[in-house]
Amino acid sequence: MVENRPWLAFFTHVVLLIGIFIIALPIWITFVAATHDEIRMTQVPLPMLPGDQFFVNLKRTLFGSGLSGTETAPVWRMLLNSLVMAMSIAIGKIAISLLSAFAIVYFKFPFRMFFFWLIFITLMLPVEVRILPTFEVVAQLGMLNSYAGLSIPLIASATATFMFRQVFLTIPDEMLESARIDGAGPMRFFWDILIPLSRTNIAALFVILFIYGWNQYLWPLLITTDSDMTTIVMSIKQMLEAAEQSPQWNIIMMTALLAMLPPILVVVFMQKLFVKGLTETDK
Amino acid sequence: MLKRVHFPSSLLPYLLVAPQVLITLIFFIWPASQALWQSMLIEDAFGLSTEFVWFENFQALMDDPLYLATFKRTAFFSLAVAFVSMSFSLILAGFADRVIRGATAYRTLLIWPYAIAPVLAGALWVFMFNPTLGIVAYGLEFLGYEWNHKVNGGQAMALVIMAAAWKQVAYNFLFYLAAMQSIPKSVVEAAAIDGAGPMKRFWTIIFPLISPTTFFLLVINMVYAFFDTFGIIHAVTQGGPANATTILVYKVFNDGFVGLDLGGSAAQSVILMALVIAMTVVQFRFIERKVEY
Repeated sequence: MVENRPWLAFFTHVVLLIGIFIIALPIWITFVAATHDEIRMTQVPLPMLPGDQFFVNLKRTLFGSGLSGTETAPVWRMLLNSLVMAMSIAIGKIAISLLSAFAIVYFKFPFRMFFFWLIFITLMLPVEVRILPTFEVVAQLGMLNSYAGLSIPLIASATATFMFRQVFLTIPDEMLESARIDGAGPMRFFWDILIPLSRTNIAALFVILFIYGWNQYLWPLLITTDSDMTTIVMSIKQMLEAAEQSPQWNIIMMTALLAMLPPILVVVFMQKLFVKGLTETDK
Repeated sequence: MLKRVHFPSSLLPYLLVAPQVLITLIFFIWPASQALWQSMLIEDAFGLSTEFVWFENFQALMDDPLYLATFKRTAFFSLAVAFVSMSFSLILAGFADRVIRGATAYRTLLIWPYAIAPVLAGALWVFMFNPTLGIVAYGLEFLGYEWNHKVNGGQAMALVIMAAAWKQVAYNFLFYLAAMQSIPKSVVEAAAIDGAGPMKRFWTIIFPLISPTTFFLLVINMVYAFFDTFGIIHAVTQGGPANATTILVYKVFNDGFVGLDLGGSAAQSVILMALVIAMTVVQFRFIERKVEY
């Protein structure tokens, strides 16, 4: 740094460690709760250090019948549902946005700007504000309780299209010229030049969209009534309600832990892509 | 917009935009216009007939003291979330910017709450503050402060604000840190040579230089608090006690799906849409504007 102040350097680390402590405390407590048996989890004060029941709870949570007194799908099934939903949203959104951005940037055709604005207007409205009519449309199409109903309505958003449009605009014109001299058609150019050139952007966007899809709450809550279709994130709410009668906090917190683990792993291990995706999609 | 070198018109571009345009029409334009249409209808108590009433639903909302109170509460909630989360991140980023070794480790440890779903964040915090069991509630009682957010509306509000702000710290921290690291080192060094201490440098150089980021984050945090916190509120308080934590998005859901007041709920949706559009426009205007150093 600019000057040598040992006390300030020390203070800096202290402040950062306190910050990390505050940020990590809720997650630490969740982890600790998932490592004790249910009797210990009803005795005040609750433990602050992990116990030895982690794997017992893990097994009970994953393959057991959930909380006593509730009828829910097993947790492995919910994890699978969440995975399918998150992957469909991420892949679906990337696929349709790549195609439409390609058309809008590289083709001159009637109504081009009309289509652009039609897509762009969706940038503004999150699903929460048009929730009731969207629900009715999905119900009329018979898509309740299906993976299609869980994912397709959430694919309708312009952020990804907008980002790919920006990326394509930075690709030099000479690329297309030389591809055409070599006799490549539009789809050949798309597959062999555009896709490889935007590979890192696709990966970064995938990370963001996976987290977005995995963490969906209100939408799955509305359109799934069949317990086989519940996602892991929405199951927490049912468990919290059940906890009023039978407080099995060890199981609830283990479920919470399993629900947050995949997106956390994605963020930690793909940090570079994550930061890139975050800073690029929001502009 | 269009490339100088491009392909001529044919059927192909229509096929390429077709999937997105179809999905947008079916799941977006159609429901949004339904919301607009429904906001001007009143349905009778048995759902047998509907009547077109122009702006009566909006009029009713504007005259409803409960709705106006929700509006004020939402404004307070989102400002509080933005303030708590942004100031906490600013402090952390300010210190992390000074760290030379181990900066990545700090960053990794600070950013992961971003990945946690709002409803899970709510579950974690409600567990810590559970009036009978929660570890923080226990600690507070030990200090002589009684905590029960199921009864006390102010405490319920404080709890959802903390949970919402906690989740957003990661995002703000990343943007603040990136902004601080993009400030030329020579500027800061010059000030240090002139005898400005670390605090003075922060307030007179770094903080003014990152003001565009502050503004951008303010808008993003407001939008986040308006819409993405539904899960937190649903898990922690369900809008209670006595509506103390009912914010606009929660009210749309509650009136529409629980209260089955379709016209009123749709009218609220339309007002929310207008708000989002306004915020998006503000965001785009100010981000495009380059700030002179």
